[in-house]
Amino acid sequence: MSPTATSLLSTIAGPHGLDRYLEQIKPTLVIGECRAEVTAVSHGTEHSVTLTLRPNRAWDGIRAGQFVQVAVEIDGVRHNRCYSPASTEGRGRELEITVKRHPDGLVSNFLVERARAGMVLGLSQADGDFHLPDARPDSVLLIGAGSGITPLMGIIRTLCAEGHAGRIALIQYAPDPGRTIYREELDRLAAENPNFTVSRSYTQAPGAGELDGHFSPSHLPQADPCFATAETFACGPPALLDAVRGTWANGLEQRLHVESFVPPSLVPVGEPGEGSIRFAGSDLEVSNSGASILEQAERAGIPAQSGCRMGICHTCTCRKLSGTVKNLLTDEISATPDEEIQLCISAPLSDLVIDL
Amino acid sequence: MSTKTESQIPLTPEQIESFGEELDAIRRRVLADRGESDANYIRKVIRAQRGLEVAGRGLLWAGVFPPAWVAGTAALSLSKILDNMEIGHNVMHGQYDWMNDPALSGKQFEWDNACPADQWRHSHNYMHHTHTNIVGKDRDIGYGVLRMSEDQEWRPYYLGNPVYATLLALFFQYGVALHDLETERLASGEIKLAEKRKLLGGIWKKVRRQTLKDYVIFPALSGPFFLFPLAGNATANLVRNVWSFTIIFCGHFPEGTHEFTEEETENESRGEWYYRQLLGSANLSGSRPFHILSGNLSFQIEHHLFPDLPANRYAEISTEVREICERYGIPYNVGPLGKQFGSVVKKICRLALPDRKGGQGAELPAATPAVKDERVPVAV
Repeated sequence: MSPTATSLLSTIAGPHGLDRYLEQIKPTLVIGECRAEVTAVSHGTEHSVTLTLRPNRAWDGIRAGQFVQVAVEIDGVRHNRCYSPASTEGRGRELEITVKRHPDGLVSNFLVERARAGMVLGLSQADGDFHLPDARPDSVLLIGAGSGITPLMGIIRTLCAEGHAGRIALIQYAPDPGRTIYREELDRLAAENPNFTVSRSYTQAPGAGELDGHFSPSHLPQADPCFATAETFACGPPALLDAVRGTWANGLEQRLHVESFVPPSLVPVGEPGEGSIRFAGSDLEVSNSGASILEQAERAGIPAQSGCRMGICHTCTCRKLSGTVKNLLTDEISATPDEEIQLCISAPLSDLVIDL
Repeated sequence: MSTKTESQIPLTPEQIESFGEELDAIRRRVLADRGESDANYIRKVIRAQRGLEVAGRGLLWAGVFPPAWVAGTAALSLSKILDNMEIGHNVMHGQYDWMNDPALSGKQFEWDNACPADQWRHSHNYMHHTHTNIVGKDRDIGYGVLRMSEDQEWRPYYLGNPVYATLLALFFQYGVALHDLETERLASGEIKLAEKRKLLGGIWKKVRRQTLKDYVIFPALSGPFFLFPLAGNATANLVRNVWSFTIIFCGHFPEGTHEFTEEETENESRGEWYYRQLLGSANLSGSRPFHILSGNLSFQIEHHLFPDLPANRYAEISTEVREICERYGIPYNVGPLGKQFGSVVKKICRLALPDRKGGQGAELPAATPAVKDERVPVAV
């Protein structure tokens, strides 16, 4: 569209913008914002659900291994969660995400129980450095635990679809064969592609896989004799990644790419007065005094907007990028990243990053 | 409380405190109960507004046919009223921030009105709602052009009070847009125009866009029949102006509402703040559609007690607030639109003239404590 037509259209559709009208016809019709329709729902295991998503035309595509933020509305509140699609990379393709149920996870429980075809979810553009380089490496080693398999699955599918000739070795950790995500498809791919091998360790079913126990350096030569020269991608809980990082410490670091999977609801909560506050926009960090974030920002010399200072006017409302805060009026706890909070009545309960 | 208002309601500090706690309890309960039904409600109103707007613009495009003009103007008027009152005003208060939906974020929302949203958030959410009815601080008392309180000293200029009020009603969106410009302080030389350059820039940008849309682009789309959408758009803006002026002036100026001085309200407790909001506000009774079109500002009292609770909750809260007021002997000012607006008009005319000695609104002797014993009047 020509700039004149665009500016004319934005004046006509102003002040709300064209999307606020288009979405009334169909939520995925919006042009300025990624959204996706759920086109298929399958329950791979009883504790997980795999969703196929069809992004709208605002979507720029994804590289195998990257993550997206998915927005789900539950009881009127929009929650954002990061997922690594397991689908083949490219622009027009459908996305596949697998959600594993966490006992206290609001979003994971909702999606496992309530996701239906036709549902529309919010979507961010793909992000993250954890992806296959454009110049495909000769040899690839993949280490994944639990739902950490999903970005690796995207890499495996992409390489297999491209007819990649080099070695692809996967080490997969799962509790037992019944709770092994993508087990059948991985076995099929391994049968079809002689250059792709899968070694599994079942942490709760010793002896059932090729390997045993949690990650150990002794697993590496068994799974991939040339592990030291392979481009390595590891994804899983922090304990796995710490062990992997320890092994790749001696000059091999540049071959290692890791992605951590931690559900935000499980981030530990501290006591008031602990931790630090980072003001991202001002590039300033202060140690938390326990006072309201507004007072702490002002004391640090940050020109924060404010008004009533009693929680009614919302002038000081600001985006919390990460961390946990407590609403001093209601005692409500906000732990999810990317939430708007009122600085004058919020106190930090953990390390905090504020968009100010 | 102003020395010029008749009734001082003596409450002990303990009573004021427990009064505040009861209101806090209502607030906490509603906050914890917000959810899908509130989200569905505001989205339904937005859907209706967008539908009315598109229908109105479409019909006015064919406005050369009289039935299309009448229906289009009516639809667009309703759209603008919903946009400003039930959607814009309430969303910009942060009433739906908890939904975490960028399209309903109070900080980002912009409305179909000449006043830039960020200036509105300052003049309204902060200045007016924090300093409600404090003469000299709350610029909603007369918008810098009218005399709406005996505490504003009479000058011959105010003889024009009814005329200024009529003009303000007709051009209300521009009155609101110029609100933060503090025209009366500019006129008195207290502040310089140069200090307001940034503000003026924002107003100019918004007014230009709004004018282009309503008075140039949409009329132009009708080609030789441009006059019909032009007249329709002007009428819709006018209807919205008069309607919002009427509702808003019924919020704080009917007979029985109180004004306050800065000294009285120094070091207010939360209970005293609630008390001032209550005495300074008045409600309108009416049907559910009337409440929606008023942006639920017909529950001005509840809105001022809890400006950031979703407005669709004010109706249910109002019965509790009323019951609490009865128990504490605090007047709860409510009446139908005709009666409340009638008393506002009377006040506008009465205050055009200098105060009569001994009459209503005249100088009364400084307030003496109403009751001598343990019931000490609380400065609010």
